Amino acid sequence: MPTKTKLRGPEISDLMIKVCVGTGGLAAGSREVIEEFDRQLRSKGIRATIVKKCVNKTGCRGFCARDVLVDVIRNGRPDTYELVTADRVARIVEEHIVQGEPVQEWLVGPEYHDFHDKQTKILLRQCGQIDPEDIEAYIAIRGYKGAKKSLALDPYEVIEEVRLSGLRGRGGAGFLTGMKWEFCRKSPGDPKYIICNADEGDPGAFMDRSIIEGNPHAVIEGMIIGGYAVGANLGYVYIRAEYPLAVERLKIALDQARKKNFLGKKIFRSEYDFDIKIKLGAGAFVCGESTALMRSIEGERGLPRPTPPRSVTKGLWGKPTALNNVETLANVPLIMSKGGKWFATFGTPKNTGTKVFALTGKVKNTGLIEVPLGIPLKEIIFDIGGGVEKNRSLKAVQTGGPSGGCIPASHIDMPVDFDSLSRIGSMMGSGGMVVMDETTCMVDMSKFFLAFTESESCGKCVPCRIGTKRMLEILERITEGRGRKNDIDLLIELGTDIKLASLCGLGRSAPNPVLSTIQFFREEYEAHIHDGVCPSRVCKALRQYTVSEELCRMCGKCFRACPSEAIAWEKKQKAVIDRTKCIKCGACYDACPFDAIL
Amino acid sequence: MADRIIKIKINSKEISCKHHETVLHAAKRAGIYIPTLCDDDRLEAYGGCRLCLVHVKGVPRPLPACTTPVADRMEVTTETDSIRKIRKNIIELLLSNHPNDCMRCEATGDCTLQDLSYEYGADGTRFAGEKWDLPIREDNPFITYDPNKCILCGRCTRICNEVVMAGTISLTGRGFNAMPDTSFGQPRSLKNCEFCGQCVSTCPTGALTDKKGKGKGRAYELTKVRTTCSYCGTGCNFDLNVKDGRVVKVTSAYDAPVNHGNLCVKGRYGYDFIHSFERIRKPLVRKGDKFKEVSWDEALEYVAQKFKSLLKKYGPSAVGAFSSSRCTNEENFLISKLVRTVFRSNNVDNCARV
Repeated sequence: MPTKTKLRGPEISDLMIKVCVGTGGLAAGSREVIEEFDRQLRSKGIRATIVKKCVNKTGCRGFCARDVLVDVIRNGRPDTYELVTADRVARIVEEHIVQGEPVQEWLVGPEYHDFHDKQTKILLRQCGQIDPEDIEAYIAIRGYKGAKKSLALDPYEVIEEVRLSGLRGRGGAGFLTGMKWEFCRKSPGDPKYIICNADEGDPGAFMDRSIIEGNPHAVIEGMIIGGYAVGANLGYVYIRAEYPLAVERLKIALDQARKKNFLGKKIFRSEYDFDIKIKLGAGAFVCGESTALMRSIEGERGLPRPTPPRSVTKGLWGKPTALNNVETLANVPLIMSKGGKWFATFGTPKNTGTKVFALTGKVKNTGLIEVPLGIPLKEIIFDIGGGVEKNRSLKAVQTGGPSGGCIPASHIDMPVDFDSLSRIGSMMGSGGMVVMDETTCMVDMSKFFLAFTESESCGKCVPCRIGTKRMLEILERITEGRGRKNDIDLLIELGTDIKLASLCGLGRSAPNPVLSTIQFFREEYEAHIHDGVCPSRVCKALRQYTVSEELCRMCGKCFRACPSEAIAWEKKQKAVIDRTKCIKCGACYDACPFDAIL
Repeated sequence: MADRIIKIKINSKEISCKHHETVLHAAKRAGIYIPTLCDDDRLEAYGGCRLCLVHVKGVPRPLPACTTPVADRMEVTTETDSIRKIRKNIIELLLSNHPNDCMRCEATGDCTLQDLSYEYGADGTRFAGEKWDLPIREDNPFITYDPNKCILCGRCTRICNEVVMAGTISLTGRGFNAMPDTSFGQPRSLKNCEFCGQCVSTCPTGALTDKKGKGKGRAYELTKVRTTCSYCGTGCNFDLNVKDGRVVKVTSAYDAPVNHGNLCVKGRYGYDFIHSFERIRKPLVRKGDKFKEVSWDEALEYVAQKFKSLLKKYGPSAVGAFSSSRCTNEENFLISKLVRTVFRSNNVDNCARV
């Protein structure tokens, strides 16, 4: 990147431009934006004197819906632009940087500030602020202090500090990290391993990716501390190959850490040796399951094995292994540098700290958010998320991705923490949060998630392999209007058995979306089966398009949009749909400006 | 720790167990039946079929007996209503993707899936849905593989990797499409297959069957005759399966002390010689230019006389014996005993030395 400007020209003191280069930002074109800024600044001969790099790359700051986000910081005062494209750069440079007048119409609106100000960012604070490809940037914000401090302590003191923080595993199950480390430390066996699970597979979840992309050193530091605590000299990061940018940044960060002797032999001038290897996952969702993940590192097919023995006693290559999620490990440096008690001030007594969620679906502000555990769901959806898109009414929120369940709008006041979520039949999972409104069909939604788990089942145990397949087939026939009378009972029976009898967490949680939607939205299933109607008008096969005589304004747009000549219309006459010809494509529905197609 | 005796109760029966023993193993020892499809004593515990789920007092969810280690004062119930229901549903799920052709299936009468379906009154119609319709593989000279009958217990792939260590087959694909296969579905013979038929021996259904025995008799029509393999000195035992005086196939003898049911290609498939017309069935003695069939008594008498006269004329160093490695250890021991104590000679050797 030609970011170092060595030009003579008007000197602008205290100028910094920060461009988001997370995957969301890159997809929106941030690379071109950076190049354009460089070109513009060069052509105008501007150079910045305070920071070395005038145009800074930063990780994801969460508000992906408005990417590319650009901060122009002059004299310490940041102005944030949203939806920046390369062709908008010239005007920003000319008006804002040269003339000193921010381009008001492109600046972020109040929802940007709502989105950020109502979060509690301790983990993501650095993401979007520092350059993830520069170890000095991390060190400048007291990075690696936690590791240094830990290595001066006894490993049991480190474990005690983490235990004091009450940190629970962010991978989904919420097991106490301090306890896990203690079990691993006390297990007989040598060598021991620590693994960072970065095989983030839930559709719609991207918090682990953003943390590694935005602040990879935090994860490395967490692994050093964890490795020291459990007595491991080698750590693995098991990361999806589908995350090329995260892998790249992690590699850069590892190299930089090795050069600084933060990794390798006698790190931080202590007697402790520690290094980290990267292992790329090949795209199997089940490899996010801890035992399957370890099999995969060993070079075997990623099949989960029954526990006990637990991984902390018999894990990778049969040796005691501590496996933690990216987000868990990224919290550890903060706990060690600021203290477990400080960490426990966030959240609730049994659910301490913050949690990162990927807020998606029918919500105004989609993106990555960090909130203290125990926050009411309502605040997430309405205060941070800005409410439901198009001001429709909220129907439900799905948490925990394909393994989670849905929370109906009537439970919107519930606190979001590990225990409350599992009580309601959902789960924390890795932190996906999908908002659904009245236009979401719950049967269709659970079919979507089940189709995912069904195809990602490893095939080892019968209930998961064939059971989810049969459940999916039942859902398919319900959404296609071929539902049978006892299908709901059959789904419940199968779902309950699969949850009880499956071998690993994938199968045990796969029926959750179906069972929880049946629990809270049984009438939707019944409408599909008994009345042949999809109340949300999503399931195509159940749609019956008609033209409302009252609303039709005789414009003929539906007639022109219909690809199957199913609509009869003449000037000054209301349109009529011939159901025998209708292919239920919905083109007329979309084309009608008066909502007259019912 | 390792020698500590653990006491558990299975169906109220008290059983003393060793540390690290599994519930299934303890139950088997005590003669308590727990159904399973993926368990084989030759293999590591797998926990895939989920049929051995049992109720353990104090644990809310059912646990697989095959992978759950015993713990002191554990109380296990092998059958409850809810466990019976889960098992029945699992069998019904398996049957929902299984061809209904027991009537012409080679494994009928020797099929665990069939037995369990009968025991639990299960059929596949309740969960009927997509069924595999895959081509039957006849690309191996000894083994027929019908993937449609496979229940993915993983026993074939595990025996191929854990016991034979040939690595010919492994699980491939994911979800409903997972199945045991060679890499890229190539013929087994191209993928290091040793034709040992171990996979056939462990298959609990008709997915893997012996080509040579096809159509030659149902399991219940066959008489099993235990014998020792005549090919080498290892001394593997197996059962010759005989129908109407003819050997139609070889099956594993799992209680055999030497091989625990494991066999190689010779023992399992090399039995054609038994009914060969060229096989010498009676002793032959050379008379003039020709061999003449004689009785065993006559032949032995002849050999004894010859040895006697040689010993008398030239002494013990003039005679010796060379036995075959295809004889059993006991036979080899006897020949050496004969030479050393009766002939008083040390001239004894065996072809296994080369």
